[in-house]
Amino acid sequence: MEPISKAVVTVLGFDQKGIIARVADRLYKHSINILDISQTVVSGFFNMIMLVDISSPDCSFSVIKEELARLGDEIGVQIRIQKNEIFEAMHHI
Amino acid sequence: MINTNEIMETLHMIDQEKLDVRTITMGVSLFECVCDGEERLAQRVYDRVTSQAERLVQVGEEIERDFGVPIVNKRVSVTPAALITGAVRDPLPVARALDRAGKAVGVDFIGGYTALVQKGMTGADERLIRSIPEALSGTSILCSSVNVASTRAGINMDAVKLCGQVVCDLAKRTADRDGLGCAKFVVFANAVEDNPFMAGAFFGTGEGDSAVSVGVSGPGTVKRALEKIKGAPLDEVAETVKRTAFRITRVGQLVAREASRRLRVPFGIVDLSLAPTPAVGDSVAHILEEMGLEKCGTHGSTAALALLNDAVKKGGVMASSQVGGLSGAFIPLSEDIGMIRAAESGALTLDKLEAMTCVCSVGLDMIAVPGDTPAETISAIIADEAAIGMINSKTTAVRVIPAPGRGVGDKVEFGGLLGWAPVIPVHPFSSAEFISRGGRIPAPLNSLKN
Repeated sequence: MEPISKAVVTVLGFDQKGIIARVADRLYKHSINILDISQTVVSGFFNMIMLVDISSPDCSFSVIKEELARLGDEIGVQIRIQKNEIFEAMHHI
Repeated sequence: MINTNEIMETLHMIDQEKLDVRTITMGVSLFECVCDGEERLAQRVYDRVTSQAERLVQVGEEIERDFGVPIVNKRVSVTPAALITGAVRDPLPVARALDRAGKAVGVDFIGGYTALVQKGMTGADERLIRSIPEALSGTSILCSSVNVASTRAGINMDAVKLCGQVVCDLAKRTADRDGLGCAKFVVFANAVEDNPFMAGAFFGTGEGDSAVSVGVSGPGTVKRALEKIKGAPLDEVAETVKRTAFRITRVGQLVAREASRRLRVPFGIVDLSLAPTPAVGDSVAHILEEMGLEKCGTHGSTAALALLNDAVKKGGVMASSQVGGLSGAFIPLSEDIGMIRAAESGALTLDKLEAMTCVCSVGLDMIAVPGDTPAETISAIIADEAAIGMINSKTTAVRVIPAPGRGVGDKVEFGGLLGWAPVIPVHPFSSAEFISRGGRIPAPLNSLKN
């Protein structure tokens, strides 16, 4: 049983229509639930952070990661997914 | 719940400040391979390494993918080869088997072609040390080390003499690659048994069957943190370094724990080292310059490095359950763009580097010296460094490259993480008579400290 169940999706790039919709759609296709979302646009620069539940995805983490990176290339933004533990480890005792 | 700023800070540290995990190193004990017959021993060593480390690279890549943090190298360290080659005449088949095994499992380096001779040399030790030039020039990812001194045993000057010859011979044999062979050979005093960093990694005699250790990095992250507190008093500088080292080490701890769990191999240690690379923004020298020195190597460099080295340890210790290895700031010359620039400008000399090794985590590292430097001079450099280690109860090391056919001011290129270096001068006066005496320098007194 994999103990890690949450991941952080970050999207960085120039703002345009449909970024959230397309990312969310892709996550939905892999049965990934969005737990929290925060998004800002400063001087046209789009910055979104999502906390997602990956405990029962219907495909592997590496497939999701690759798909999101590809989607980022299509849209022209950088999309990353990283397991939550790296952030917890660095900032919380 | 983690907040947005923390997430962005982590991404910034990885993307802009070059935070990475320098290495996951799996230690593999070779004691169970011991037997007579060169080829039989070599085969057993090959089988042992390839079976133990089979999944190391794959697991390293998985962790890299899951957490989005680069893991630059995957490495294997083994029991000092001199300890398992006692029953064979020729240790070279083991060297070749280790190199082949490392390549078969896909690691970047395999270390442990090593002899521990701080007090005396067995026949096997001597055969192994004498075989190092051939072993390293005939292989590509094998690394070798010799421990010639310790605080408890003193300095084995016969071994020091021999190691100077080994360095020169190795440089000649790899002359077509600017003496690159010497980058894979390090001479230690007080070598540690759980060091995950190359070229000096070996898996000590007090270790178990296998263990996985992690070496962190992150000079860029420390420098960036110090940029935010320009002009602040040095106690604040130390606090900032501690906080940054804590975060860096937590990443190392996470990676080590995950690697241990996924490989089903015990967690060894996290080595809290600030290991620079030749990339811009990944330099230990630049941290010292950020503290207010015009160029690394000028007066004040030793003090600044002492602060840095100590603060890195203090910050890192709390972040990891098991700390070990070399833990501190490395000051290699060719692997650090700030050091390279400082040496080119004349601010950083071999003598100043030697002084700085009194307070850094290791020693004279990746330093190119003229190709015509006599073996006795190399031995004397080793002896000086070993004396610093012996007296101060710390690990010191020498990894110098007498670059064949090159003189002071020439540039030698090693490529990749090993970088490039300007050839710097050594003293022209002879140490030959001192080195030819051989024998031992007795272990020091540990009281009456002045």
